[in-house]
Amino acid sequence: MQRTVRDLGGDAVVKAQVWSTKRAAWGGIRLVASEEEARQVASELLGRKVGQFTIDRLLVEEKLSIAHELYAGVIIDDSARAPVVIFSSRGGSGIEEIAAEHPESVAKVTVDLTTGLLPFQARDLARAAGLDRRYLNKVADALVKLYQTARHCEARSAEINPLVITEDGRVVAADCRVTVDDYAVFRHPDLGIEIARELDRPPTQLDRIAYSVEKDDYRGTFYFIQMEEGFAPDDRYVGFHGAGGGGSMMSMDALLQHGFKVANFTDTSGNPPASKVYRAARIILSQSNLVGYFASGCGVASQEQFHSARGLVKAFREVPLSVPGVIRLGGNSEEKAIQIITDYCRDLAVVVEGYGKDDTPDFCADRLETLVAGAGKPGPGQVGWTNGEAKRPYRFESPTGWIQFDHDLCAQCDHKVCITECVPQILKENDDGLPVLAITKAEAQKGKCTECLACEVECWFHGNRGGYIDLPIEGLES
Amino acid sequence: MAILIDETKRVLVQGITGREGMARTELMQEYGTQVVAGCTPGKGGRNVLGVPVYDSVAEAVEAQGGIDISTIFVPAPLVKDAALEALYAGVKLLVIVPDRVPIYDVLTIAGEAERRGARFIGPNTLGLLSPGRGVLGMMGGRAESARKWFKQGPVGVSSRSGGITSSIAYYISRAGVGLSTMVHVGGDAVVGMPHPEIMLEFENDPDTKMVVMFGEIGTSQEETVADLIEQGRFTKPLVAYIGGKAAKEGTRFSHAGAIVEGNRGTHEGKVRRLREVGATVVDKFGDIPSVTRDTLAKVV
Repeated sequence: MQRTVRDLGGDAVVKAQVWSTKRAAWGGIRLVASEEEARQVASELLGRKVGQFTIDRLLVEEKLSIAHELYAGVIIDDSARAPVVIFSSRGGSGIEEIAAEHPESVAKVTVDLTTGLLPFQARDLARAAGLDRRYLNKVADALVKLYQTARHCEARSAEINPLVITEDGRVVAADCRVTVDDYAVFRHPDLGIEIARELDRPPTQLDRIAYSVEKDDYRGTFYFIQMEEGFAPDDRYVGFHGAGGGGSMMSMDALLQHGFKVANFTDTSGNPPASKVYRAARIILSQSNLVGYFASGCGVASQEQFHSARGLVKAFREVPLSVPGVIRLGGNSEEKAIQIITDYCRDLAVVVEGYGKDDTPDFCADRLETLVAGAGKPGPGQVGWTNGEAKRPYRFESPTGWIQFDHDLCAQCDHKVCITECVPQILKENDDGLPVLAITKAEAQKGKCTECLACEVECWFHGNRGGYIDLPIEGLES
Repeated sequence: MAILIDETKRVLVQGITGREGMARTELMQEYGTQVVAGCTPGKGGRNVLGVPVYDSVAEAVEAQGGIDISTIFVPAPLVKDAALEALYAGVKLLVIVPDRVPIYDVLTIAGEAERRGARFIGPNTLGLLSPGRGVLGMMGGRAESARKWFKQGPVGVSSRSGGITSSIAYYISRAGVGLSTMVHVGGDAVVGMPHPEIMLEFENDPDTKMVVMFGEIGTSQEETVADLIEQGRFTKPLVAYIGGKAAKEGTRFSHAGAIVEGNRGTHEGKVRRLREVGATVVDKFGDIPSVTRDTLAKVV
C-alpha cells in the first residue's frame, strides 16, 4: 500500500471497501498526504466493524483535484420496462436528495434495448441537466460506457457518484456501485459472485450452505436468509419455514405479533421435491437456541403438500426435533399432509401440530405460543430412524443423493409400501418379491426418481424399515 | 364474461413434454381450457395427453390455426428464446410461468411484445383462472381443487403473490362471494402486465363489479393504480392489502419485486396514495373477505 501511495506522489485517498453508503460521514474515506499517514489510517480502518461488515480491504487511489461533481446512474424502470439512464450536473450526495433539492439539474432518458444508449441521446441528456458544453462530449462518452457496462454485466442498477471533472479537464468515475441481477449471475462466472442473493451483509456460513443446496437444483425454489446469529434461548427466536413470498411475509408478521423473533427467512415453494424441503428443515434446525419451528405459507398452495410433510418428518426425526413445531400446510392434499405430520411426529419428545387452509397464520402463531409456553425443558427426543446400515443393500442414485433397500429386511416385509406409495411409480417387485427399480439406474439418477421420500418415510411406519435415503448437505455437520 | 382466459381461447403449451408442462397441461385440460397444441423443439410428432406436439410454434400455428395464448414452461435460461418464438409466430398473449428469468431477458421480451402489439403475464407467475371457464399456468394445482376452492362471481383479483392469489380467492369464495378472474401478475420486479394493466382489463369487463388487489412493497405498480383511479380510468371499487410492512430496506424475501430502494416503493407510500384516491386499504389480511362482501353489497 505504501508503494501505491509513493507512486501517487504521497497524496492519496484511502477508501474502506464495504457495502455501506455514506462512507465519508463515518470516516471510511480519508485523504492522506504521506506514506506514514496512509499506514496510520489503514491500521485504524482495517478490522473495524461497520454495520454487519468488517472492513477487510482498502482501496488506495489518486487524490483528484475536483472541479465539478456529477452523478450518473442506470436503473431498470418497472413501469417503462426498460433501462433508464439518469444524469445530474450535481453529484456527491444521493440522487434522491439531489432531485429533491435541484430538480432542474436532473434528467433521464429511457433506453431502447435494441440500440443501447446512443451518443447523441447521452449528449442531449447531459444538456438537459444543464451540463457546461465544454464537457459535453467527454461526459456523454462516459454515460454511454456506463450503460454498456450495466448492460454487459446485467446490472439491476449501476451508479457513478460522483462522476468527477478534474481541474485538468479529465472525466473520472470517482466512486461507483453495481448491483448485478441475481437471476443472471449464472451467465457471469467472471464476476466471481459467490452467492447470488441480495443481502445487506456478508453471507453467513449457513447462507452459504443453503445456497449450495439451491444453486444446482432447479426443481422448485429454496430461498434462505439467516436473520440473526448467536441468540440465547430466552430471546424467543423461531426457526421459520415459509412457502411462497407473500404468504411467508404474512406468516412472519404473525410470529412477530406474538412476541417471537425470526431467526431465519426460508421459502420452499414452486412445487419443490420433498428432498429440498428436508434439506431446508435440516439447515433451519442447525441453528442453536431456537424455541420453536414454524412452517406457514399462503395457506392455499397449488402444490401437493404431502411432499413437504414427508420432507419435514425426515428432518424432524433425524435431528431429532427438540422444540415444539406448528406446521401449516394448507392447499392440495392437505388432509394427507396433516396426517403425515401428526402421525409421524407423535413419538417425538415435543409436540408437532399440523394445520390447513382454514387455519390462519395468526391462529397458528397463537398455537406455537401456547406450545412454547408449555414446553419447559425439551426431552432428549430419542426416536428411531433409519441409519443406512444394511446387510443386503440394493442401492441406486437419486438426482441429489442415494437410495438403498436392505433386501434382508425387505424379504420379511408384506406391505411393500415403498412400491405403492412411490409417487413417480419407478419401483417394482423382482422375482424374489423384493423392491427394485422398474427403470434403469441412470434414468432414476437423471430425474425419474423425484425424491418423494415415500420409500423411507412410509416404510418406517408401514413396512419393515428397510428403506433408506441419504441426502447429503454439503458443509452441514450431521 | 371474464378477463384474458375463458373456454373460447385456444392455448399452446411450450415445454409440454417436461415435468411441469405435462402436469399443468393436465390441470388446464381438466379445468376446461382448450389446449390445442404443444411445442418442444426436437420432440415434434408425439402426443401429450392427446395434445399434438410440434417442433416449433410456427409449425403449431400452421397446423392448428390461430393460437390465442401460449403458456411457457421451459427452464428460466430458455424463456427468452421461447417467448420471442411465440411472439414472432404471432401469438398475442403469453403466460410465462418460470421463476428466475434474468431481468434483461424480460426487458427484451417486453420490447418485442410492444412492437408486435402483444402482451404477457409473468414471469414468475402461478397464472390466472376464471372460475368455471378456464385456467392458465398452475393456479389451483389440480382441476378438482380449483373447482372446489374458487366460485364464479363478480369480484376480480389481482395479486403480486401466487399463493396469496389462491388464498384470497378461496377465502372470498368461502365468504359466499364469487370471482370473475383471478390473476397472479408475477413476483418479479418487471412483469408484462402489472396491476394497472389488469385493472384496465377489469374496468372493461361488465361482469367484474369490484376488484381486490394484493400489493407488495417495491415497484411502482400500486402507485400507478392510484393514478388510474385519480384519472377516472379505473372506476370500480378497489379493496387493497399491501404486504411487506415489516421487511427491511434492501433485503428481499423471495419476490424480486418486493424490495424497497431509496424512497421508492415503500409500504407507507403505497397505502397513503391508494387511500388518497378513495381505495379501501385493509390493514389485516383476514379482513379482506368481510370488507369485500360489504363493498360489493353497495354496488350490486
